[in-house]
Amino acid sequence: MTVKDVQKALELEVFGGKKGLDSEVTGGYVSDLLSDVMGNATEGLAWITLQTHLNVMAIASLKDLSTVILVNGNKPEEDMLEKANEENIPVLGTKLSTFEIAGKLYQLLNS
Amino acid sequence: MKLNFQVEGGNFAKAGVASSEVKKVLKKLGVPPMVIRRIVVALYEAEVNIVAHAQQGIISVDVRHDKVEIELRDKGPGIGDISQAMQEGFSTASEEVRAMGFGAGMGLPNIKKNADELNIESKVGEGTTVHITNYFAKP
Repeated sequence: MTVKDVQKALELEVFGGKKGLDSEVTGGYVSDLLSDVMGNATEGLAWITLQTHLNVMAIASLKDLSTVILVNGNKPEEDMLEKANEENIPVLGTKLSTFEIAGKLYQLLNS
Repeated sequence: MKLNFQVEGGNFAKAGVASSEVKKVLKKLGVPPMVIRRIVVALYEAEVNIVAHAQQGIISVDVRHDKVEIELRDKGPGIGDISQAMQEGFSTASEEVRAMGFGAGMGLPNIKKNADELNIESKVGEGTTVHITNYFAKP
């Protein structure tokens, strides 16, 4: 399933990094601790977080994550958005909470 | 091949620049992705440690045919008790740094897990030097 498939199915807003919408989503990871993601996330995962700063994209890029999904209506900061476009990693958003969107993503990827 | 980077304390906008550049170089050289991933995690965490704790630092990366040797030398507060700092969950990061999602006491454990060889020397009030060596094929 591609990032675009996930984005459409879960009705997520696309903030940036549109060129990466065809990347394959291999699973999901939920964390707001950057070192946790750095240590434990693997290639292709969709990262669900409430962090909206530039360093999120540094980690997403270094770990080859497929997309970042921001929860609770959060929007990426300007420099995070720039980096997303530069790295072609889509930054998506939802008004739902972490619990709700993680549940929906889990269901979608395992259906 | 040698690569050098300057790191500025407190400048989180630049955190990850060295890791990103090293990743690109190793990828071009055809280093196995599993090996690159480990190097990148260790280097990124060490880079963030300089940004989060020190005033400034220099990262020297030496890419050889069979391994990469990394030295991160900073001017900063130093680490009083290195074995305590290595413990998962131990952190001296500021509230501001924690709010960004850093400072959970996972950085040094992540470095240890991902480095083939790790050596840390530190003097309180002067700074810390971290040596990381990773091999392209398991020795």
